[in-house]
Amino acid sequence: MRTDVSNLNEQTPHQNLTEGLMYFGAGSTKQFNTGEWRTNTPVFLADKCKQCLLCAPVCPDSSIPVVNAKRLDFDYEHCKGCGICVEVCPFDAIVMKEGK
Amino acid sequence: MARKDRMSGNEAVSYAIRQINPDVMPAFPITPSTEIPQMVSTYIANGQMDTEFIPVESEHSSMSATIGAEAAGARSLTATSSAGLALMWEELLLAASNRMPCALALVNRTLSGPLNINCDHSDGMGARDTGWIQIYAENNQEAYDNFIQAYPIAEDPRVHLPIMICQDGFITSHAVENIELLEDKEVKEFVGEYHPEEFLLNPGKPIAVGPYAVSNYVMEARRNQLEALERSKEVILEVADKFRQLSGRGFGLFEEYKTEDADYIMVIIGSAAGTAKEAVDQLREKGKKVGVLKLRVFRPFPAEEIANAIRHAKAVAIMDRTESYNTHGGPLGSEIEAGLYRAKATVMAVNYIYGLGGRDFTVDHAASVFAELESAVENETEVKQYQYIGLRE
Amino acid sequence: MSKDLEIRWHGRGGQGAKTAALLLADVAFSTGAHVQGFPEYGPERMGAPITAYNRISRKPIRVHSNIYDPDLVMVVDETLLESVNVTAGLKPDGAIVINTPKSVEEVRPLLQGYEGNVYTIDARKISVDALGKYFPNSPMLAAAVAVSGVMDQKDFIEQMRGSYKHKFAKKPEVIDGNMRALTLTLDAIAPALSGKKPLCAE
Repeated sequence: MRTDVSNLNEQTPHQNLTEGLMYFGAGSTKQFNTGEWRTNTPVFLADKCKQCLLCAPVCPDSSIPVVNAKRLDFDYEHCKGCGICVEVCPFDAIVMKEGK
Repeated sequence: MARKDRMSGNEAVSYAIRQINPDVMPAFPITPSTEIPQMVSTYIANGQMDTEFIPVESEHSSMSATIGAEAAGARSLTATSSAGLALMWEELLLAASNRMPCALALVNRTLSGPLNINCDHSDGMGARDTGWIQIYAENNQEAYDNFIQAYPIAEDPRVHLPIMICQDGFITSHAVENIELLEDKEVKEFVGEYHPEEFLLNPGKPIAVGPYAVSNYVMEARRNQLEALERSKEVILEVADKFRQLSGRGFGLFEEYKTEDADYIMVIIGSAAGTAKEAVDQLREKGKKVGVLKLRVFRPFPAEEIANAIRHAKAVAIMDRTESYNTHGGPLGSEIEAGLYRAKATVMAVNYIYGLGGRDFTVDHAASVFAELESAVENETEVKQYQYIGLRE
Repeated sequence: MSKDLEIRWHGRGGQGAKTAALLLADVAFSTGAHVQGFPEYGPERMGAPITAYNRISRKPIRVHSNIYDPDLVMVVDETLLESVNVTAGLKPDGAIVINTPKSVEEVRPLLQGYEGNVYTIDARKISVDALGKYFPNSPMLAAAVAVSGVMDQKDFIEQMRGSYKHKFAKKPEVIDGNMRALTLTLDAIAPALSGKKPLCAE
C-alpha cells in the first residue's frame, strides 16, 4: 500500500489514491511555504539576544532554527506570526512588526 | 472439538471476545449491551485475557478511542446499543472512511422516543449508511459465530472496513439457549494475529491518518471506500466457507429456508426469523408453499442476490423491525423493492413493520402475514403495500 | 422427558423469578435438552410485576416470542393473583404452582375459573426454615422440576449442588441452606403429585 505520495495530485485517478487518503511520510509541511499565511511578523534582534533559547521550544511551527546551541534568524517560509516567541523572550530580543 | 454449553447472547459474544483476545476495548455501558463490557472486564480481572480495557465517559469517546487504538496498530472493538450507537454517529463514519478494521458488538435496542429499552432495529438501521459492514444474528449461536468471523472479514486487505455484529436486545442478548462453542485454540488460529501493514506507532515508517481532503479528493476517496465494501461480499463468503470447515456451521449473505419452490416468501432479519421458520413448518404441514429468506448481511446489501432468490414467488412479505420515516416503507422494504425493480422482477411485495420497541412477534403473526399474501394473490385483491403488524386501530 | 414444555413465571422484580427461570434452563440443559430461559423486561423496578419464560424441548428451539399458552405457570408472589391474569392461555391439562401458605381450595377461586391442576407451595416457610431468610426462588425451582417432570429429582439435586457451588462461590455458607430448601420442597409437594403424570410425559 505504501506509495510515494509526492506523485499523487488532484489529477490522480481514484484507484491510485491511498486507502482512506492515508499519508505516508512525516514532516511534509517543509515542502510547503505556509509562511505566506502570515499577517504579522516577528523580527529577531540579534544584539539583544542572550541565547537563553526559551523561544525555540515554544514555536508551534519549529520556525526558530537552533544550530550549535545558538538560535538563528526565523524560518519565514513557515513562521505564521503567532507571536508566542515575543511573549516568552525575557530580553525584548523579538519584536512584532505589522505585515509580512 | 466443539463444546456444548448454554448461555445468553451477551455471554456468547463476551466468550468470543475472550477467545479472540483483542488488544484494546474502550466501552461505556448501556442497556442491553452492558453485560458485554462487564463480562469482558471480569475476564480481564481474572487474568483470562489481556485486552486493555478503557472505561470512557461516553460512547462518543468509546468509538473515538476504538478508532485511535486501531489507527495506532491495535486490534480494537467496543460494544453498545441504541442511544450509545447514536452518540457514536460522527465516529462511525470516521472509522469507515479512515478504513479502520475495528469491530462493534451491537445489541439492537430501539432509539428514543418514546423512551424504551427493548428491541427493534432502529439503532443499527439508523447507522446503515455509515459505511460499516453489518451482520445480523438470529440467535446466540449466530452472534457468537458472526463475531468470530468479524476480524478475518474486516482485516482482509481487500476490505479494511469496520464491522458491526448485531443481535436482538433482550430477545437473544438475555435469553439463555444452547450453544456450541469452539476451543480457544481453534478461535485463535481462525482469527490469527493482527499485523497491520501501516499503523501510527510504527517507528521509522510515519503515516498520517484522516487528513483534510480538498474537494478534488473527496469523491475519489468515497468511491474507493464503496469499492472496498463491494469487495467485502466475496470476503464474507470466503470467511464463512472457512468457518464452515472449522465448525460445520455454514453461512451465506442470507439463509433461504424452504424458499426454492415457495409461492410466498417472507424476508426478515434477526431473532424473528426463527419464529417465522416455525410458522413455515406449520404451514408446510398444511400444504402451503411458504418460505423464509433470513437476511444475515445487511451491509453490503445483496440487492441482486435477494432479487434473484425471491423473484419466482407469487408474493413476498418484507419485514422491517424499524420505521424509517421516509413515509413509504422501512429500510429493508425500500431497498429490496429497489433491487427488484433494477432486476426487472415484478413480484408483488408488501412491506410490514413489526416488533417496534420490543413488541412481540409470534408464530401466529407470521402465519397471518402468509395468509394475507395468499388471499391477495388468490382473490386478486389489493393489499396495503406498507403496513404495521399488531397495531391497535 | 419427551414432550416439549413451555413455562411462564410470574414474580415481582427482585424476587428471583428470572433467576429461577435461568436456573431451570441450566438444569434442564444438563439432561441434554434444548432450552430457552428468558425474562420479559420492562422498566427495572423492585416490586414491579415481571414475567420470565422457559422452553424445554428435545429439538432445537427456534421460536423467539413470549409464551402465550404455557403448559406450566409458576407464581412466585401470590399477591399477583389479584392484579395479573396468571392463568391466561394456560393449557387445561397443564398446571399452575402458587407460592402461598393457603390451600388449593382457598386459591382456586382466584384463578379465573381455571380447572386444571393447581398446586400450592409455602416457599416462604420452606425458605425461612432452610435458609433463615425469604428467597422464594430455590423452592419454586424445585416445585417446577417436580411438577413438570423435566428431569429425575435425584439428578436435579446433584446438578443443583454443582450450580450453587458455582453461583455462591463467594458465599459458600448459603449452599447447604439452599440445598435444604430444594429437598424440603420436593418432599412437601410429593403427596399432591402422587399418582399424577408429569407434564412432559407423553
